[in-house]
Amino acid sequence: MDTKIPSIPKRIGAIKFGLISPREFRKMSVTAVITADTYDDDGYPIDMGLMDLRLGVIDPGLKCKTCSGRAGECPGHFGHIELVAPVIHVGFNKMIRKTLRAICPKCSRLTLDPAKKAGYLEQLAKLKEMGHLPDSLINDVFKEAAKAKTCPYCNDADGKPRKKTVIKFEKPVEYIEDGEKLTPTEIRDRFENIPDEDVRVFGMDPENARPEWMILTVLPVPPVTVRPSITLESGQRSEDDLTHKLVDIIRINQRFQENREAGAPQLIIEDLWELLQYHVTTFFDNEVSGVPPARHRSGRPLKTLSQRLKGKEGRFRGSLSGKRVNFSARTVVSPDPNLSINEVGVPLQIAKQMTIPVRIIERNVDLMRMYVNRGRANHPGANYVIREDGRRIKVTDLNHEELAEKIEPGWTVERQLIDGDIVLFNRQPSLHKMSIMAHQIKVLPNKTFRLNPCVCPPYNADFDGDEMNMHVLQTEESRAEAKILMQVQENILSPRFGGPIIGGIHDHISGMFLLTRNENFISKNGALELLRKADIRELPEPAGHTDDGEPYWNGKQIFSQIVPRGLELEFPAKVCFQCETCKKGDCENDAYVVIKDGELIKGTIDENAIGAFKGLVLDKVVKEYGTTIGAKFIDDVTRLAIRGVMRTGLSFGIADEDVPNEAKIEIFDTLVKAEEEVHDLIKAYEAKELEALPGRTLAETIEMLIMQKLGKARDNAGQIAGNHLGLENSAVIMAKSGARGSMLNLTQMAACVGQQAVRGERIRRGYSQRTLPHFKKGDLAADAHGFVKASYKSGLNPTEYFFHAIGGREGLVDTAVRTSQSGYLQRRLVNALQDLEVQYDGSVRETRGVVVQFKYGEDGIDSTKSDYSKPEAVHRIVRAVTGKEVE
Amino acid sequence: MAISEATIESMTKNLALPNNILNTLREDGLKVGVSKKEMEEIIERIMESYEYACVEPCEAVGVVSAQSIGEPGTQMTMRTFHYAGVAEINVTLGLPRLIEIVDARKSPSTPMMTVALAEGYSTDRDKARAVAWEIEATHVEHLADVTTDLANMQLIIDLNGKVLAQRNMDIDDIAEKLRDGLGVSITSPDVVENQLIITPDAPSYRGLLQLAKNIHTIILKGIEGIKRVVIRKDGDEYTLYTEGSALKDVLQIEGIAATRTYTNNIVETNDVFGIEAARNSIIKEAIDTLNEQGLTVDIRHIMLVADIMTCDGEVKQIGRHGISGEKASVFARAAFEVTVNHLLDAGMRGNVDELNGVTENIIVGQPIKLGTGDVHLIAKRNGD
Repeated sequence: MDTKIPSIPKRIGAIKFGLISPREFRKMSVTAVITADTYDDDGYPIDMGLMDLRLGVIDPGLKCKTCSGRAGECPGHFGHIELVAPVIHVGFNKMIRKTLRAICPKCSRLTLDPAKKAGYLEQLAKLKEMGHLPDSLINDVFKEAAKAKTCPYCNDADGKPRKKTVIKFEKPVEYIEDGEKLTPTEIRDRFENIPDEDVRVFGMDPENARPEWMILTVLPVPPVTVRPSITLESGQRSEDDLTHKLVDIIRINQRFQENREAGAPQLIIEDLWELLQYHVTTFFDNEVSGVPPARHRSGRPLKTLSQRLKGKEGRFRGSLSGKRVNFSARTVVSPDPNLSINEVGVPLQIAKQMTIPVRIIERNVDLMRMYVNRGRANHPGANYVIREDGRRIKVTDLNHEELAEKIEPGWTVERQLIDGDIVLFNRQPSLHKMSIMAHQIKVLPNKTFRLNPCVCPPYNADFDGDEMNMHVLQTEESRAEAKILMQVQENILSPRFGGPIIGGIHDHISGMFLLTRNENFISKNGALELLRKADIRELPEPAGHTDDGEPYWNGKQIFSQIVPRGLELEFPAKVCFQCETCKKGDCENDAYVVIKDGELIKGTIDENAIGAFKGLVLDKVVKEYGTTIGAKFIDDVTRLAIRGVMRTGLSFGIADEDVPNEAKIEIFDTLVKAEEEVHDLIKAYEAKELEALPGRTLAETIEMLIMQKLGKARDNAGQIAGNHLGLENSAVIMAKSGARGSMLNLTQMAACVGQQAVRGERIRRGYSQRTLPHFKKGDLAADAHGFVKASYKSGLNPTEYFFHAIGGREGLVDTAVRTSQSGYLQRRLVNALQDLEVQYDGSVRETRGVVVQFKYGEDGIDSTKSDYSKPEAVHRIVRAVTGKEVE
Repeated sequence: MAISEATIESMTKNLALPNNILNTLREDGLKVGVSKKEMEEIIERIMESYEYACVEPCEAVGVVSAQSIGEPGTQMTMRTFHYAGVAEINVTLGLPRLIEIVDARKSPSTPMMTVALAEGYSTDRDKARAVAWEIEATHVEHLADVTTDLANMQLIIDLNGKVLAQRNMDIDDIAEKLRDGLGVSITSPDVVENQLIITPDAPSYRGLLQLAKNIHTIILKGIEGIKRVVIRKDGDEYTLYTEGSALKDVLQIEGIAATRTYTNNIVETNDVFGIEAARNSIIKEAIDTLNEQGLTVDIRHIMLVADIMTCDGEVKQIGRHGISGEKASVFARAAFEVTVNHLLDAGMRGNVDELNGVTENIIVGQPIKLGTGDVHLIAKRNGD
């Protein structure tokens, strides 16, 4: 058999940076560019023009004169422009300035005595060895050298040590020495004379970056592939911004040369030189302060080299760090509780489009032939075949039978997706690693991705139109890695807090709550119906028999069927009333969960048992029985819960917010009383009888007191409403079980919306001394500052409505600001920490090998597995070995 | 059958386990009275359990930590001010505070100290109050009414005798402090009690008005930067809470318990107590901020952030002016912020990017050296 192993891809070991010398550049340049024109009248590139064929090709059909590659093959080649006079590279202005001040104007030596130079060199070497940046040390070198008044190495005509000159810098690119302007030529001459050993002292590397190379004598012309021109619909060519800039440079350069040869007056020469400097400056960076940006004919500033690299959409962050991929799909997501958490439902249309390459070997040749034979129209088919020589052949309606005959070991078939294939599934923003997880495909009809609602929390997805992405893995290695490390069941526990992030939500919780609370009489049919989807073959002993002799079961028994045997757990449920002394198992509210040997003895299953983030049963099952059983448990819980909630039904309507009349009156009285109290407070305040709280002014004090009073009033109103609604109300069930909403939401709907606040204070702004013209000036009363007495059900009056809108707007603004701030915080954190890795010795180090932690987290423990190293784990082991209680 | 404490000690002393496990193990062993055989089995099982709980080598703990702290950021409030612990003092909380911590700001927007009191002071309200007066910066406006007498070109300070006595200050002290601070002559008329008169040397309206302004900047007693001190009873102890922070000066005050005195200013902690204290301060502040918002984040993640901020011996910012700006790789720095400058500098220095980090390798399109990318497994084929 052919054992052709693809060659191991080469690795780039390191990349070296440097300045390019004019000599080297002329050598690597394929042509000098001397004409500012691009194409001739026939649309053919002009020789030695900006689109010269030696610089690369972008037009299909033409061949590159340097590498004879066609468009797409030829990478492009640099050309050059010989500048008539040297110009300064803007980016190095700071360095040029510092260097000029640090060297002797005559002999160009660094004005530091040899001992100091040696000392600095040594320090530099040490920093380099430690991998630290030398910036601050180099600054010290410059500072000290600039301080020297005289040159220690040469004398002036009188034989005294030569005095250094004062060099002033003027934006953008002017250097003035004792009132005289220094031309780039002069600067360059000085730099040329700096000896190599001095160059090293200020941190430059003379082999790769001589200081005089910071002043340009020859300008690189980037290849055409870097600045492709586009043909507009009208057939007109539109050139890239860089080309425009180069045209300007060449024009000025030519004019400069002509003038100089003609012996033009010095003034004109200087002007032209400055103009050339301007164009070269803006060619590199069009946002230099002090330089008016070069503009396009339309007035838009040109996007030159710096602008291409910078910022979010720049080359670095936008193109190089942000890779684009093939083999991906995106569509809307919708829920399907019948899928496993490890699965994702994929629309048939997507499954038919996307492929996985399979290399044909003897053992799968028949299977692959079947796929190819089915073609691309019949679902589990194939879209392409790749011959041994690498040629791709499209499978079409016409050739599929023929291709099926032809394929043989060594070929590759790109087959369509089938059930069980591993794909990556992702929802943006990808804030943590659980935002990308591996799922197994289930090909389904219709056009949305389907997922188990339990995996919503890690993706932070809902189904109000959210879209998600799917990526199909193309190699065996990646599929194996994804399955072992990224599959949903491996991510049930979040490393953030070490608990389950995947678990029941909404209906799962209320469903379980309804099922396990109270004595439910469930007939045999009912029980079987509930457990239909779980692999339960036998029902337990019935809880009792009805008068007719029919056996019945209760919800706790049904739930126990899906709990793994041997599970022991006790904890207070979410509905716990937080009594002063907990009666534990004897709780009369059935709010203390006791599970013995996988049997739910007491208590109600709610958010604290199976909820995402909080589910303790979930947590224990996953940690004790492993991820596979954990995943199965979640699957069973969701299916059971959905059937549980369907058994009784759970709906919520406007009528559920109704409170009886006496409650309404009670609420009204409470609020009126509170208003009166507030009124009394204001009176006391106005009479200056109020005593200020320590450290607060009187005005602050009254505000705080009023806020407190009104807050309490709202809570009381809510309490009254809550008492009258009772545990049979759907909203109360949802709030108490932790499925959705809170008692506060219910209070606002049924009793009283409460105080609207801006920045944590009552609403104060608006007209002078009052919020709205409806109130008296200086009125401090509750309703004048945003207290909403009404409930959502009863409806708000106009002023209340307006205050509510103010409060609501603050919330919206808050969210918008927060997302951008926290996004940046996360970007910074990730950037600072991304290179850290646990080494084989347990230490945490970064790329340079600097130890950040000698043992990860001081104890070397993974947060998702921290339960195995807690004192309780020790107790458990001691108990297991000795059979004696520890405490 | 039970083995002695010494035996347990000798059996457990060389185990590579964290201290809390070791201690529990020893205690449990003693309490239960295990036999040697049982102890051996217990140790074996605990080692197994511990090993299972350890992080796996090559795990990208940095990214996990960063995500674990960043992700809940979206759920935090922007409400800057909140009354935490002490009703009287405002403290920055939520996302702004978290940003402040990782920014390693010179001083937080709401510096605050918790000053515990030494024995003898902590239970006596009057003594606690006296210490508080020593700490709180006292200005003229706390003690007196200042009137500008334009007719006689004078500033007249009418001191409140009751307040003076309360704060244990006397008029001569104040006169001297003002004299030192302003460089003017101060007289105390005999006719009126508790009055000071300031007469500028060279009388001019502008000078007088300036003086009336400057007088409020002079600290007559207490520590500069401490705007307010609040006394609260925690349990049966009085504790002082200050608005403003000046750790070094507060530590000099008699009557405070230096070991339990704390500031929320991380850089200041570093200056006074050193880098290890600063690290613990970062951890405490970050954990407190997150917990206050009801978010649980494993302490290991925060430790890692604190450690990378402090591992060079100084508190470094998470960001451009700190860790990200001092990375070894040119590409990593360029891809973060200030792209062009980093590239130009690299060219000038002749830097070499060794491509060891994550960003660099993504940029050049190679597998990154983290996690499974850092494992070098070569399959042995038959016959090799």
